[in-house]
Amino acid sequence: MLRLINLELQKLLLSKVNKVLIFISFVLPFTVLILSSIKINFFGFFTLELGELGIFNFPIIWHITTFFASYFKLFFAIVVVSMIGNEYSNKTIKQNLIDGLSKKEFILSKFYTIVFFSLISTVLIGVASFLIGLYYSSYTETSIIIRETEYLLAYFVKLVGFFSLCLFFGMLVKRSAFALAFLFVLYIIEWLVFWGAYEAFESSDMAWKIKNYMPLESMYKLIDQPFQRIIITKYPDKMDLAYDYAVHWYELLIVMGWTAIFVFLSYRLLKVRDL
Amino acid sequence: METILTLNNLTKKFGYLTAVKDLSFTINKGNVYGILGPNGSGKSTTLGIVLNVVNKTSGNYSWFDGNTTTHNALKKVGAIIERPNFYPYMSAYQNLKLVCKIKGVDYSKIDEKLDIVGLTERKDSKFSTYSLGMKQRLAIASALLNDPEILILDEPTNGLDPQGIHQIRSLIKQIASNGTTILLASHLLDEVEKVCTHVVVLRKGEKLYSGRVDEMISSYGFFELKTDKHEELITLLEADNNFGKLKVEGELITAFLNEPMDASTFNKLMFEKGIALSHLVKRKASLEEQFLQLTDNQ
Repeated sequence: MLRLINLELQKLLLSKVNKVLIFISFVLPFTVLILSSIKINFFGFFTLELGELGIFNFPIIWHITTFFASYFKLFFAIVVVSMIGNEYSNKTIKQNLIDGLSKKEFILSKFYTIVFFSLISTVLIGVASFLIGLYYSSYTETSIIIRETEYLLAYFVKLVGFFSLCLFFGMLVKRSAFALAFLFVLYIIEWLVFWGAYEAFESSDMAWKIKNYMPLESMYKLIDQPFQRIIITKYPDKMDLAYDYAVHWYELLIVMGWTAIFVFLSYRLLKVRDL
Repeated sequence: METILTLNNLTKKFGYLTAVKDLSFTINKGNVYGILGPNGSGKSTTLGIVLNVVNKTSGNYSWFDGNTTTHNALKKVGAIIERPNFYPYMSAYQNLKLVCKIKGVDYSKIDEKLDIVGLTERKDSKFSTYSLGMKQRLAIASALLNDPEILILDEPTNGLDPQGIHQIRSLIKQIASNGTTILLASHLLDEVEKVCTHVVVLRKGEKLYSGRVDEMISSYGFFELKTDKHEELITLLEADNNFGKLKVEGELITAFLNEPMDASTFNKLMFEKGIALSHLVKRKASLEEQFLQLTDNQ
């Protein structure tokens, strides 16, 4: 396993474009997080301090940081599709196989790398949230800090799932740009499914239930949007806004299921394809 | 003799097109094999199948004793296909390091092999800055990294300038002289004739011939003759059992031998019959002529 990760890291880290993109996808959310946590003074007119809003309180901070940080996954998604696209355009995938890498090892080296970077990203976000939380949070009892850390697990599963999807699209279309376009197409398809289900069952509840099983929606659903929750914590009387924002085991299961399907399909594709 | 690769009734179909048809042959250790055939005869497809990048339709092949998986066997094989494939943003050294990681070879081999192909001075330049000849040499270095049991080369001189072709050929000869088994696919006949001991001739995916190169060029050769007594000579040759086919092009008579005979014996014979030859050349059929005969006749 280490050999395969090592192999892939050499391919990634020696390329300037990839280095920049990896840097962005890891450092940018970090910077945004830190910037948002410091007190910003607008030339003496007013001070903006997000910490005052209570969004850096435990345990809600886990929810908020993972939700926003997950948007930066798009940068690493470019790295994932290009690491497949480049193998095809340079024909190095062919040479790798001729040199004695098995098709299974080829896919696994990509997948392990995805898991590796997702893990790093999760750890970084975890540590940053923890430190900022310690600084701002009104409650610092251990029992409150560790509450809702399942958001970190959800974040990790979400990243692995999303990048596996990118891996599959990369293998499917062989071109990085088209693979990214496919993500958008899938997004539209999911809405079409939603619309179809709505027409068929004449109930938006049912339509949502079905859409929740779609790859992109299931990944999004893992970490629900935290805005309503912030409002609820600020104004406890607005209970009509209450919604289910928790991370559920079945949500994790759906995404892990998709991850397995995408990795397996990528392998099948490579296996039946003549290079 | 130790077997390196065995093909049994290997077939590959691309839709309606049959690229390789019922192909069987065996590669033994220590020989230099050529796969010869016009463009589109299935050479690259055959190599692609045994190298695990093209899926076979039917038949089978086995590496070495037949007990190793293909991808493990490939770690003992060195192969380059069509054009050199490397990561353009990495230097030669880094590219070879990656190959070492895949094959599980020690990094110390890199400098040794770069030295063989004469790229030591440019080892830290990016691959994208290399000329085609250098790229091809790097590919050979890469294929040699694991001191392979067999080196597979597909059109290694394709697209190179005369110097490049010469460099690659002398490299191949040098490697062959060290006892490495080589399998060389080419449509260039003189290349195969100069380098190979054995040859497999393909046309439209079918095997036309497989065996030693010198047995393929098995005829006793032919005489090219000119004389004043043109008609007399033709009648004489037609009557003689030593000669088979006759070809007459204007003044020039080409007579193919059925039995071995040297030119001076023939000259003496003619003189005794009262025919003075103004032109006498004895030649052997080249691989090219044999090849064209093979591929045209069937």
